Amino acid sequence: MRNLISLATGALFGIGLVISGMTDTLKVQGFLDLFGAWDPSLMFVMGGAIIPMFIAWRVAEKRSASIVGSPLPSPPNTKLDRPLIIGAILFGMGWALAGFCPGPALASVTFGGTSGIAFIVAMLIGMFGYSAYNKMRA
Amino acid sequence: MDYTSWINALIGGVMIGGAGALFLLGNGRIMGASGIVGGLIDGSGRSNMTERLIFVAGLVGAPALLGLFKTLPSTNATSNLVLVVVAGLLVGIGTRMGSGCTSGHGVCGMSRLSIRSILSTLCYIGAGVITIVIARAIGVLA
Repeated sequence: MRNLISLATGALFGIGLVISGMTDTLKVQGFLDLFGAWDPSLMFVMGGAIIPMFIAWRVAEKRSASIVGSPLPSPPNTKLDRPLIIGAILFGMGWALAGFCPGPALASVTFGGTSGIAFIVAMLIGMFGYSAYNKMRA
Repeated sequence: MDYTSWINALIGGVMIGGAGALFLLGNGRIMGASGIVGGLIDGSGRSNMTERLIFVAGLVGAPALLGLFKTLPSTNATSNLVLVVVAGLLVGIGTRMGSGCTSGHGVCGMSRLSIRSILSTLCYIGAGVITIVIARAIGVLA
């Protein structure tokens, strides 16, 4: 059951990303081009996604466990720190330069050609590198 | 005015949020793409490797399967591989340092009014807007 839910989640997420326009890098860059030819349509993606998710959090509050019986997430961390802010800024820079964020890059990797594959490989190296650097410092 | 892209954005968005809702209520998990993949890459997700791998299989496989039946929209990605690699490294490092991306912070965190997620989303969209302005000014982007 747990695996089936994971598969369905990934599949629905992937198809939703393709339909929404999030896998179109020019559209993403157009959304971020606030001072140019701004394309606001992707705001509807976030708006549309937040509605079912908002309801799901309300439902989760009333439940003691998930459907498969595993614990529900603990209340969110409220600590605002430097890595959160610097990390988000670095992510935003990369998101703008290529027009890809992690989900859409993975959803389009089978039809996005060499650039899409190169982005994923670089992203995975970045993830691995950051974690290796952190472990080395600790 | 072309409303098709707005309607598609809304329908796709509801599907994305529906996926997140399913993952939360079904498995008790937060649907964050960078966190799920990052845990596979750096070993921090060892305790639920299978769940992560199957999620990624669905995320990559479902659009591929759809592509067998209909033409998928182009990603219109730049062919400038240096730019793509720099961007990929920034996204990889940034999402791990900042504990999330558009799905984890933007959709799942914002919808539970997490202060960290709201701040993260403001920062990455703000950085994205400024990056586009600078990249266009210096000719990195057309």
